[in-house]
Amino acid sequence: MTGGTAAPRPPAGGPARRLALAAWRPAGALAFLVILLVFPLAFQNPTVTTIAVDTLIFAAAAVAWNIFSGYSGYISLGHAVFFGAGAYTVGIAARAWHTTGDGVFVLLLLAAAVAGGLSVPLGLIALRVRRHTFVVITIAFFFIAQLTVTNLTVTGGSSGILAPSPNWDPATFNNPFYYVALALLVIATAASWLIRRSRFGLQLRAIRDDEDRAAGLGVRAMPVKLTAFVISAVVTGMAGGLWFYFIGQAIPQFAFDPLFDLSVVVMAFFGGLGTIAGPILGALVIEPAQQWLTLQYTNEYLSEILLGALFLLVILALPRGVIPTAAELITRFRARRRSRRAEAGPPAAVTAAAARAGQAGTAARPDPDPAGQARAGREAGP
Amino acid sequence: MTVMLRAEGVSKAFGGVQALRDCTVEVEQGSIAGLIGPNGSGKTTLFNTMTGYERIDAGSVYLGDRKITNLAPQRVFALGIGRTFQLTRIFPRLTVMENMLVAAQHTGDKRLHNPLARAGGRADRRRAADLLEFVGIASHADALAETLSYGQRKLLELSYVLVANPAIVLLDEPAGGVNPSLIRLLSDRIRELNAAGTTFLIVEHNMDFVMGLCGQVTVLDYGTVVASGPPQIIRTDPRVLDAYLGITEEDDDAER
Repeated sequence: MTGGTAAPRPPAGGPARRLALAAWRPAGALAFLVILLVFPLAFQNPTVTTIAVDTLIFAAAAVAWNIFSGYSGYISLGHAVFFGAGAYTVGIAARAWHTTGDGVFVLLLLAAAVAGGLSVPLGLIALRVRRHTFVVITIAFFFIAQLTVTNLTVTGGSSGILAPSPNWDPATFNNPFYYVALALLVIATAASWLIRRSRFGLQLRAIRDDEDRAAGLGVRAMPVKLTAFVISAVVTGMAGGLWFYFIGQAIPQFAFDPLFDLSVVVMAFFGGLGTIAGPILGALVIEPAQQWLTLQYTNEYLSEILLGALFLLVILALPRGVIPTAAELITRFRARRRSRRAEAGPPAAVTAAAARAGQAGTAARPDPDPAGQARAGREAGP
Repeated sequence: MTVMLRAEGVSKAFGGVQALRDCTVEVEQGSIAGLIGPNGSGKTTLFNTMTGYERIDAGSVYLGDRKITNLAPQRVFALGIGRTFQLTRIFPRLTVMENMLVAAQHTGDKRLHNPLARAGGRADRRRAADLLEFVGIASHADALAETLSYGQRKLLELSYVLVANPAIVLLDEPAGGVNPSLIRLLSDRIRELNAAGTTFLIVEHNMDFVMGLCGQVTVLDYGTVVASGPPQIIRTDPRVLDAYLGITEEDDDAER
């Protein structure tokens, strides 16, 4: 058979292309990391670097949120509790121990411990219920935390707490913040990647799809959910601590900000809930846009209105987020191209056979004999 | 013959509805047993009580000599009772292979101790791939489970239950809404597995399927056992004809 050499081509092309794609992905991630590493060298305008630091902090927080909510399907609107807890931990500890300069960054570990410790009892309470009830409980936690901080003296009440101001060179003042934020983002993303491909991550995603069935197959749902919740809280707490040091101040309504919850949720939804790159993409698009709008129009309301509008748009038009939708489009496009290429042979043969039949003066209908079609195809082929 | 699974005097009520009343059902080791009865007769409830998805009010369930009454579903599953659901329960946004790996927790893979190890060791993946091949959906291994057809989902649920090497499999309407050629494949596979030692208990409305496959059939009506015996006896039992086969015209949509 002459087709023998042509037949193995599609299967051989498939894995080769998939392999190319698999190699492309880490290469893309590496290139992206290099760009982020050299960014402060290329852009030294403090306005730009300030937005960049803010974006990285929010990207880390969005990735952290996604590790729990994206993988498990439990939508938390209370992660600001851990963000604020991290902020206040760094603030109180730095004030008590007179920590300044680079030393404050070490306190981020303490912020991680406090946020993680706080998340255990909160998780044990909230994770007993599902869906809407879970969301409402996390919102309740948020208000409890904000009110508590407003009314305690150790947290400075409604006037909050000030961060130590480092005496770094003004020209590169933002750089330490930038690189610590970048390190946090890299750690969070590595954790997200490791979890997603692991047995633990598979159990989380099985819980998202059908918790009872997963439990029936031996997934210990509560420990799995709680572990993800704690990991997520730890990273969020560090992001909060870093944000506090960078901003220089924590007051209850900004350290425990409902807009923080809304922002990370929109970022994750925009990029793709439950994906690794989705929350980063979302943060990269949304946070600079928000900051820029606030600077341009010197009030926050416009960016808040647009954030809300964007949320609506994403939920209505791209409910699964940019990355899954794009991946699906690419797959569909490839499949269509492949099937078109596969179909290209037979229809051409049919029309060629029909045309020839017409020329020969016989009835112009396709040759019913498949062998005849194949013969015609070979003759008509290049 | 030893009894593998036994429900003894099981009763279960939902509010004022007595779903099961003093039910006793036995499944012999190595057999394919059938459970039939009109809609609402308590077949699925009996399945749920035997697999831990529903607590029972009275009576007991035994796996061999071991009492498994009201154990949690994962305990029951770990002891070797696998089940499928009438409304197929797969994990739609996991791939077909990932669905298999979720159920592979109980296999001897020691990577359990390292939660960050890649999901599914090589042995688990190979076994999962073999089972997907066995039920004929291996080519879909990397597709999201939500893209499978209704019949393929049933096959996926059956194969992921098999991953854990259950001693007995309870199938809740495996042939419901499935096309005839797939039904034939399904009964062939059940027979092969049975020959290799797996015991089956099957709830099904498709009479040809049940009568052709099962060595022993139990008939439920209004939560009580009305008859039990080999298919040829059951087929002619007047109580059964009255309770069940008399209304097959309304019920045989699976036969078409």
